[in-house]
Amino acid sequence: MDTFLQQLINGLSLGAIYALIALGYTMVYGVLRLINFAHGDVYMLGAFAGYFIANALALDANPSILWAILVTISAMAVCAVVGILIERFAYRPVRHHSRLTSLITAIGVSLLLEYGGQVVFGATPRFFPQMVRSETYSLGGVQITNQNLLIIVAAVAMMFGLHFVIHRTKIGTAMRATSYNLSVATLMGINTDFVIAFTFALGSALAAAAGVLVALAIPRIDPLMGLMTGLKAFVAAVLGGIGNIPGAMLGGMLMGLMETGLSATAYSTYRDAVAFGVLILILLVRPAGLLGTARPEKV
Amino acid sequence: MKFDANNSGRGRLALVAALFLSITVACERKPGTGGAESTTGDIVVGMYGSLTGDGASFGQSSREGTELAVDEINDAGGLLGGRQVKLLVEDDQSKPEEASNAVTKLVTQDKVVAVLGEVASRRSLAAAPVCQKYMIPMISPSSTNERVTEVGDYIFRVCFIDPFQGEVLAKFAYHDLKARKVAILKDIQQDYSVGLTDSIRKHFTALGGQVLDPVSYSSGDSDFKAILTQVRSQKPDAVFATGYYPEAAIIVRQARELGMKMPFLGGDGWVGDALKNGREALNNSYISNHYSGDNPDPVVQNFVRAYRARFNREPDAIAALAYDAVKVLADAITRANSTEGPTLRGALAQADVPGVTGRLRINAQRNVDKPAVIQEVTFANGEVKFVYKTTINPN
Repeated sequence: MDTFLQQLINGLSLGAIYALIALGYTMVYGVLRLINFAHGDVYMLGAFAGYFIANALALDANPSILWAILVTISAMAVCAVVGILIERFAYRPVRHHSRLTSLITAIGVSLLLEYGGQVVFGATPRFFPQMVRSETYSLGGVQITNQNLLIIVAAVAMMFGLHFVIHRTKIGTAMRATSYNLSVATLMGINTDFVIAFTFALGSALAAAAGVLVALAIPRIDPLMGLMTGLKAFVAAVLGGIGNIPGAMLGGMLMGLMETGLSATAYSTYRDAVAFGVLILILLVRPAGLLGTARPEKV
Repeated sequence: MKFDANNSGRGRLALVAALFLSITVACERKPGTGGAESTTGDIVVGMYGSLTGDGASFGQSSREGTELAVDEINDAGGLLGGRQVKLLVEDDQSKPEEASNAVTKLVTQDKVVAVLGEVASRRSLAAAPVCQKYMIPMISPSSTNERVTEVGDYIFRVCFIDPFQGEVLAKFAYHDLKARKVAILKDIQQDYSVGLTDSIRKHFTALGGQVLDPVSYSSGDSDFKAILTQVRSQKPDAVFATGYYPEAAIIVRQARELGMKMPFLGGDGWVGDALKNGREALNNSYISNHYSGDNPDPVVQNFVRAYRARFNREPDAIAALAYDAVKVLADAITRANSTEGPTLRGALAQADVPGVTGRLRINAQRNVDKPAVIQEVTFANGEVKFVYKTTINPN
């Protein structure tokens, strides 16, 4: 029983990591109908930004929650700027071309960040400083660390925060209008360039927060860290219904539970294969995802 | 532009065939040159290693150990009547395919007389066939998988092998830690880890202990909690993590987070800078290793002093073995009085020199029989220390 509950906690902790990244994926898709494959790499940049800032502040020697929050916010700011730059120089020039062009551009940006990262940061993994002292809470035979708890809480908070921004604020209304019809939104006086730049800034900031939080729990960071995690988060977003915010949360959690469940068996090394098998299966059976609603393509 | 299948299809096929043929011919012609025959100028020696990537710590340490030894030889007047040794270093980015490319370049373009490397068995296994094919001796300083030197008679090593290392670890766990039931976590992508796992299992079972079914992971994984939870439920007395240091650090850390307090054990693959990522969780772990810097033997202490003076840090076993590999090569070149592949190979096969890591006598399998040390891993003040526990000799 202990083992089962522990695996449940393990699965939720891992799932929260996927959910955290999937939220950004799904939001950008929801507004722009663009699968931003560079999202996983912005997550990596966020972790590196946090790494450099935290080391500059020498937080490894004196951990403090207050400074950790400050580091997270700074990393989010750095990545928001990166997100705006990526949108301005990579996606905006091809915005009026076919959707495939944007998709291929996104893959190009992703590769640029991954291998550019290897040139700038080096391919050698680095250790993320321990900004928050690690603590383990046990309840019966079940253990959870404060860092994993933080990730779960942050994922839920971000889900509600995003939902609020999109449905309850003026900019959110503008985002939804832009998502519905870009040219009509422009005609209605919405500065769609600004709205799209804002969407990218927000998405990238979310990715950066995820990068710092995950690096706290699993302190190994390298320029390719966003590749596999980003792809799995993408699967999570599709599983939940891409474009749907609670769906990203659900998809992430399901992915985490599934991988953990599989790792608990003798087939632990097949977990990546299963993750992508799920992607294929969901696209075949229910392309809109679990919580998504199929929207007819406008011609 | 449209592709016209009717017109250019056949032409293209012919072109591909011609290209393929010319590549095959080019490849067939090269082997058998057997090294640079020049008798003057620098003696060019190649080294390949994981200077970047997951195994960067291995590459850096072996490079430093190699450079130290080469400089000592050159400062003492070089080899073969004053010829200097020139070291060329290639980075394989911790990838087996790059290791093979790097060695091909060293051998065919740079015309090195011998190749030093690698640390990880998987990369040594990838590159060894190249050296064998071109008849250039290769000395692996620290690949412990027994298959490495089985590639051919040009492949040597200066460290003990995993069948012995597994025996040492099994004995220590059984006799000193009094473990009766153990779990093993293996990295299925690494020949080293797979080989060491088999050896531990065989020897621990032979001693009368129980070994749970090995649990697998892959290099680069970062979440081990699911497999560790399964291991925990079987209540082993000790856990072996037979992979390399980047994963070992995270495994131990996540195990402690799950409340697993039993000792963890690993092989020489744990020796790497990133192990410190495990922090306090590393306490109560033990590794088998090639040498201990605490050894009062003047040979060891002179090496430690020279290394510390030059690189401003303590040498690890990987650096010590790399240093020894150069000394074995230098001795063989001197005795062979030649840098020609086959002659040098013959001299290497009879090497018997004192080294920092013990007596280096090459045996019939081109390995050396050396004792292993067991070290306790401790973490304090942000640093990992390997504290000498005991020495275990081969039978």
